Amino acid sequence: MDKKVNMTINGFPVEIKKGKTILEAAEDEGIKIPTLCYHKDLCVAGNCRVCVVEVVGQKRLSAACATPCEDGMEILTNSLKVRNSRKHIIELILAEHNSDCTKCYRNGNCELQELASEYKIMTQDFIELAPLKNYTIDMYSPSIIKDDSKCIRCQRCVRTCAELQGVNALTVAYKGDHMKISTFFEKAMNDVVCTNCGQCVNHCPTGALVEKTYIEEVWGAISDPTKHVVVQTAPAVRVGLGEEMGMKPGERVTGKMVTALRRLGFDSVLDTDFTADLTIVEEGTELLTRLKKALVEKDKSIKIPMITSCSPGWIKYIEHLYPDHLDNLSTCKSPQQMFGALAKTYYAKARNIEPEDIVSVSIMPCTAKKYEAHRPEMHDSGYRDVDYVLTTRELAIMVKQAGLDFDKLAPAKFDRLMGDSTGAGVIFGVTGGVMEAALRTAYELVTGREVPFENLNIKPVRGMEGVRKATIKIENPLEEWAFLDGVELKCAVAHGLVNAKKIMDAIKAGEADFHFVEIMACPGGCLGGGGQPIPTNPEIRQKRAEAIYAEDANLTIRKSHENPEVQKLYKDFLINPLGELSHQLLHTKYTKRERF
Amino acid sequence: MNPIQSLIKDLADQYGRKRESLLPVMQGVVQREKFLSEYAMVEIAREMDIPAAEVFGTATFYSFLETKPAGKYIIRVCKTITCAMKGKNQLMFAIQDMLKIKPGETTPDKRFTLLETNCLGWCHKAPAMLINDEVYTEVSPERVREILSKYMKENI
Amino acid sequence: MAYSYQLKRVDFIFRNENDWEKVLSATIKKKPDEIINELISSELKGRGGAGFPTGLKWKLTSEAKATTKYVICNADEGEPGTFKDREILSKVPYKVLTAMAVCGYVTGAKEGFIYLRGEYKFLEEELNKVIDEFEYYCKEINLDFKIKIFMGSGAYICGEETALMESMEGRRGEPRNKPPFPTQAGYRGMPTVVNNVETLVHTWTIFKYGAKKFYDLGVQYSRGTKLFSVSGDTPKPGIYELELGMSLQDFVYEFGDGDTKAVQVGGASGFLVPRKKFKDTAIGYEGKLVGISLPTGGSMMLFNSSRSMFNVLDNYLEFFREESCGQCTPCRVGCQQLLLGIKAVKRGEKPANYLDKLLKLTETMQLTAKCGLGQSVANSFSSIVGNFREEMIY
Repeated sequence: MDKKVNMTINGFPVEIKKGKTILEAAEDEGIKIPTLCYHKDLCVAGNCRVCVVEVVGQKRLSAACATPCEDGMEILTNSLKVRNSRKHIIELILAEHNSDCTKCYRNGNCELQELASEYKIMTQDFIELAPLKNYTIDMYSPSIIKDDSKCIRCQRCVRTCAELQGVNALTVAYKGDHMKISTFFEKAMNDVVCTNCGQCVNHCPTGALVEKTYIEEVWGAISDPTKHVVVQTAPAVRVGLGEEMGMKPGERVTGKMVTALRRLGFDSVLDTDFTADLTIVEEGTELLTRLKKALVEKDKSIKIPMITSCSPGWIKYIEHLYPDHLDNLSTCKSPQQMFGALAKTYYAKARNIEPEDIVSVSIMPCTAKKYEAHRPEMHDSGYRDVDYVLTTRELAIMVKQAGLDFDKLAPAKFDRLMGDSTGAGVIFGVTGGVMEAALRTAYELVTGREVPFENLNIKPVRGMEGVRKATIKIENPLEEWAFLDGVELKCAVAHGLVNAKKIMDAIKAGEADFHFVEIMACPGGCLGGGGQPIPTNPEIRQKRAEAIYAEDANLTIRKSHENPEVQKLYKDFLINPLGELSHQLLHTKYTKRERF
Repeated sequence: MNPIQSLIKDLADQYGRKRESLLPVMQGVVQREKFLSEYAMVEIAREMDIPAAEVFGTATFYSFLETKPAGKYIIRVCKTITCAMKGKNQLMFAIQDMLKIKPGETTPDKRFTLLETNCLGWCHKAPAMLINDEVYTEVSPERVREILSKYMKENI
Repeated sequence: MAYSYQLKRVDFIFRNENDWEKVLSATIKKKPDEIINELISSELKGRGGAGFPTGLKWKLTSEAKATTKYVICNADEGEPGTFKDREILSKVPYKVLTAMAVCGYVTGAKEGFIYLRGEYKFLEEELNKVIDEFEYYCKEINLDFKIKIFMGSGAYICGEETALMESMEGRRGEPRNKPPFPTQAGYRGMPTVVNNVETLVHTWTIFKYGAKKFYDLGVQYSRGTKLFSVSGDTPKPGIYELELGMSLQDFVYEFGDGDTKAVQVGGASGFLVPRKKFKDTAIGYEGKLVGISLPTGGSMMLFNSSRSMFNVLDNYLEFFREESCGQCTPCRVGCQQLLLGIKAVKRGEKPANYLDKLLKLTETMQLTAKCGLGQSVANSFSSIVGNFREEMIY
């Protein structure tokens, strides 16, 4: 029996579960108290002071997000005192803020703008502080732009980078009027441990942290008659794009997305899920080869567990903080980069187009992919494999700029050659998806039978807990894999870099007995990525996850190795998984980096 | 191991490697090196397994944990109200005149750094100043010349 | 009609008494409840400036359910014009240590810390020697209590109890949300008593001489004595132990230089009292007795007619602007607005009635700032602008 607390909100008596804050209690009662520094994903800060409410009898106002409900409290959320104080606070924030909204990337989707509009702040009586400060803009990173002139110092980005991601690239520095959000020694984001995961961008209420956009470059390429512009779309984009178009979270808009891309002018609309399937075949083979080398030949240079390598935020994380464990990573590139390498070789040849005339664009739920595309080693095709990466948000902007009424678009299918995908490919977008796709293929490769789970849904690796474990026993394998008979394949899945740390620390301490680990940098997997629609919270991510699994269930082919276009790719081009051409185009190396 | 690394290791051995030992460790480095360089902060981060950005953020909060290069003798002149009333400006002029540096700067021979600070707790004997950990009170422009001359004779 | 209390000088705090060992062992023979009740009946209130009843603080902490508890002595004296704690720690440190040990005994804490501000580093060595001697004696009488000094590094805000604990935990000194209060969850999340240096010395007086001796001094609601740090335009700067409840008029008679224009009571976070209000102001805590009572950490700064009140306010706001932790909007931005605001009015860039806007802003700061620093800027701002408006404009 939960202990209840009796109090009144704005004169109405309410019964609240003990332990809830005033903010939560008001929300339950249908009263919205405005906030800025509060976020459902993060611990309570209580520093913006926007959510102050009056507790009758107390001299000072209390922050609703930080004050627990107590018996007998009389809360006033909209008294004159509260309104006047809130107005002042918003005016103060605006005084040190670059209020040139028309020039801001978050114009129209900014929490400060909403607040100022709600309270009808029509004048600024206080002294404008923004022109007096020497605010800096950091545009060095290919992924993220940090504009201090728009920072309201709510510290959401710092808490995100610390609690959600455990990267701690951002910190609060100095004090008093010099207090600011900064990196180590105020270096550029590109020069520190920032993994480019973009969670800070997702959680920033204003335009202080945004992705670097390449919209104009892509329009330029599309308009260039000499260029053949190829676009690939990640699995998580198709369950997030709808939110930018006014739909509810969890709408599957795959068909409409394809039509929209065609109407924008892309010459070929292809699917990253295709190379996701390809990744599974390559990575699955790599895993089994490694297991053979480690367990049978006792090759000490082969490191187990093998860890997935498709999340570039995760890759940068391990390069900075666990540089001695790079050999645990799979050498497979991410689906985006595999696609890029094939676009200017396999695709170019098949379509008889000169590779230098191909512009390779990707639509990603991710900001780290922008960094990944820029990595110096990603030019195995002989050209930059992926030229431009756009986030889901940027695609939505382009759709609106083209004047398309998204809702009215008729659904269409992807183009051929690299547009086919299976259910295993689409679940790459959710945490646990890569693991599930890999198991569906690897198990069948080894035993000749389907995974022993109903409808191929491997439930143990699904869900939103930070770290999940699953064990699959290999019994009666095919002769070639006889050494795996009786082996319990131990798998682990982690999402959010703070959980990656748990796995890596266990591996470092020698306490991890896993064979295969999937790590995604972002909470929820790619569907919660730094390039997805803002806002983000656990409920929204859950809806997107359900959409992805529904998409998987609705496809006829649900195992990567059964993708006919993937089979054709091997037959016509790559010949064998881990073959020479595969190694050249589809596998990569990693770089040790400093810990700061 | 270079001197800074071994200093930090000794400090960490002495105070511990938990987050709550961060301040004593940083104070120890500042005591000897006079400021926290970028390199020192990275080493502290490594030795104590604390994110480098956190070390930086914590250091820059405290006025006595300098992150810019500082001289051997850090002069901190109080600028709060009572010292301001009792001749802090003349005192500052005298120091600037003698050392040829402005507040925030260090002499070229790296001997002195001049800074302003807030109430030192000697208001009944204003104006007051610190040179490193030594307190000087009722400092007149003449007396400060005597004091600084003594420091100038010291070996660096 | 104001009462006029003669300035009553007392000499409890700096009395050099060699019997601390006797006092310690005698006090811990009593039951914890007895000691707490003694403190409560003495009506001793915190001497750092906030004035929370000390007996109640010790009671709440002792009742809190936890295996580990802490006692922290707040020696981060930083309020402009305050220098009493430095004297206490140099002259009679053993009184502080004894009080901490008794607090440990009463609450169940086995560890005590002295958070010593970095500017007082020159006290560290001597203080450590006294602590060694003290711990040795504690071992002899089987009292499980250890004391350590934690050095600060130059941050006024670390005098705020939750910011102090953040600093001790190795982080930036940013005040925490209250609730929970330190008596419930303080240092390392455990119940903690944070007491000012002077408060602890007063508990010594009560332990040695009894609550009644303390209670009989001072006035209703403001029992006992207080150390006053007197500086500024005065022929007698220094530290004085006086009974609470005195009228400011009597104070100025004693300490003024004959031309006192105003007195700043309680440092930059306190109130400026102009000459015409001296006789209606008494120094103490909540008072129904005399006109206005001003709680104070004891800082008394006197200004004569040669001083510009504009410069005084400018100096305070400059201080707050730098020392604010910067976390919460009203304080971080508010302090900047106030400072630039008065400068603009003085230069004629803003009209005189802009001061009223700023006064309204200080009201908001008082209501919404996260900690005492932001909440107290209003005190000096409104009292100086309110009483010396012409000096802000011309």
